[in-house]
Amino acid sequence: MKRLMTAFVAAALAMPATAVEYGTVDHAKSSLSFTSKQMGVPVDGKFSKFKVTLSFDPAKPQAAVAGFDLDVASIDAGSQEANDEVVGKQWFNVKQFPTASFKSSSVKALGGNRFEVSGPLTIKGKTLNISAPFTYKADGKNGVFDGAFVLKRLPYGIGEGPWADTSTVADEIQIKFHIVAAAK
Amino acid sequence: MNETPAHYTRTAIALHWVLALMIFIAFPVGLYMVDLRLSPEKLQLYSWHKWAGIAILVLALIRLLWRATHRPPALPASMKRIEQIAAHAAHHLLYVLMIAVPLVGWMMSSAKGFPVVWFGLVPLPDLVSKNKELGDLLGEVHELLAWGMALIVIAHAAAAIKHHFLARDGILARMLPFLK
Ligand code: HEM
Ligand code: HEM
Repeated sequence: MKRLMTAFVAAALAMPATAVEYGTVDHAKSSLSFTSKQMGVPVDGKFSKFKVTLSFDPAKPQAAVAGFDLDVASIDAGSQEANDEVVGKQWFNVKQFPTASFKSSSVKALGGNRFEVSGPLTIKGKTLNISAPFTYKADGKNGVFDGAFVLKRLPYGIGEGPWADTSTVADEIQIKFHIVAAAK
Repeated sequence: MNETPAHYTRTAIALHWVLALMIFIAFPVGLYMVDLRLSPEKLQLYSWHKWAGIAILVLALIRLLWRATHRPPALPASMKRIEQIAAHAAHHLLYVLMIAVPLVGWMMSSAKGFPVVWFGLVPLPDLVSKNKELGDLLGEVHELLAWGMALIVIAHAAAAIKHHFLARDGILARMLPFLK
């Protein structure tokens, strides 16, 4: 009985520390970056304009929701020449599809501070389900979320025509996100 | 000074012509590729140019080592002093440039944020960190040095041919033994 009581007290004491729901994203501190492989050479890039919505309580990860809207034209693909190219029809076709977006359909705990978010990702008018593992870590008042996953560009038609040749630009794009959010 | 050999070693001759051939390929490929519109072909040519360029750098370093440990044959006494000085100066400059041109190319690639992965297999370290202004500047330097090298090579080859047909002093045959 006494054992049970201490367990309850310990749990009650522990609760407030984790019962925080993060939801106010600090975009200046967050980043969305990627690495493509060109002729075997890793080339880093990033998006500078995106809006993340998030609601995450580490105690109830399955109730979490996350999503983003991304201004595709804000891409930095590593060089001016590449930036001019990738907004074009064969790549992102930014004129017709200015935004890419993601909405989570589920978040599950993988144990420890590891989680996985899944849901539909829309790029260039095509919607496909993706899932990405991420970690969560409390940093003072903020929650910090770091994740990475591999996105295949061809199913989205990112790089068509001569660019569909994966021996020059690999199909796999390594995506990394780093999101900093304060409590709601 | 009478210890100087009468011939170039076979190694020296082989390195001279392998490097000359590779430079004759890397140079026009460089000129051609920069004016292409971004395309898979352009990315391929850039990679091939860099791979060949790094191979040139490696061979040039080996050649320099060989040169430091093996004396070349002396120039014929029939050459005027000024000609001898010019020949030596050109040779020294060519040695400097066959190292400097690819080295600056590698630095430029690093500065532009494109690491060099030799033959798509061996990732080479970045010599400088990403910096657009520096990358553009090194690009200019690379272009200038490459053209400088081209001009000296033209003068160098013209001199060798002049030696062969006008002076007939056997200089060209020292590098092309089958001419003997
Ligand atoms: C002896 C060896 C080399 C020669 C003769 C050579 C020659 C040239 C020439 C003539 C150009 C065209 C310059 C222009 O018109 O702008 C060029 C461009 C270039 N070279 Fe080299 N190069 C050599 C080695 C290298 C190496 C080792 C690298 C990198 C690892 C390299 C990277 C580049 C790059 C990236 C460009 C394009 C610059 C731009 O886009 O503006 N080169 N090279
Ligand atoms: C990229 C092209 C070339 C480079 C970088 C180059 C570089 C050099 C260097 C550094 C030497 C001096 C070797 C030494 O004594 O240490 C040399 C010697 C020589 N080169 Fe070239 N060379 C090139 C192309 C040519 C061409 C096209 C010819 C002929 C048409 C030629 C003919 C010779 C001859 C005959 C010698 C021997 C000079 C002597 O006996 O003292 N080279 N070359």
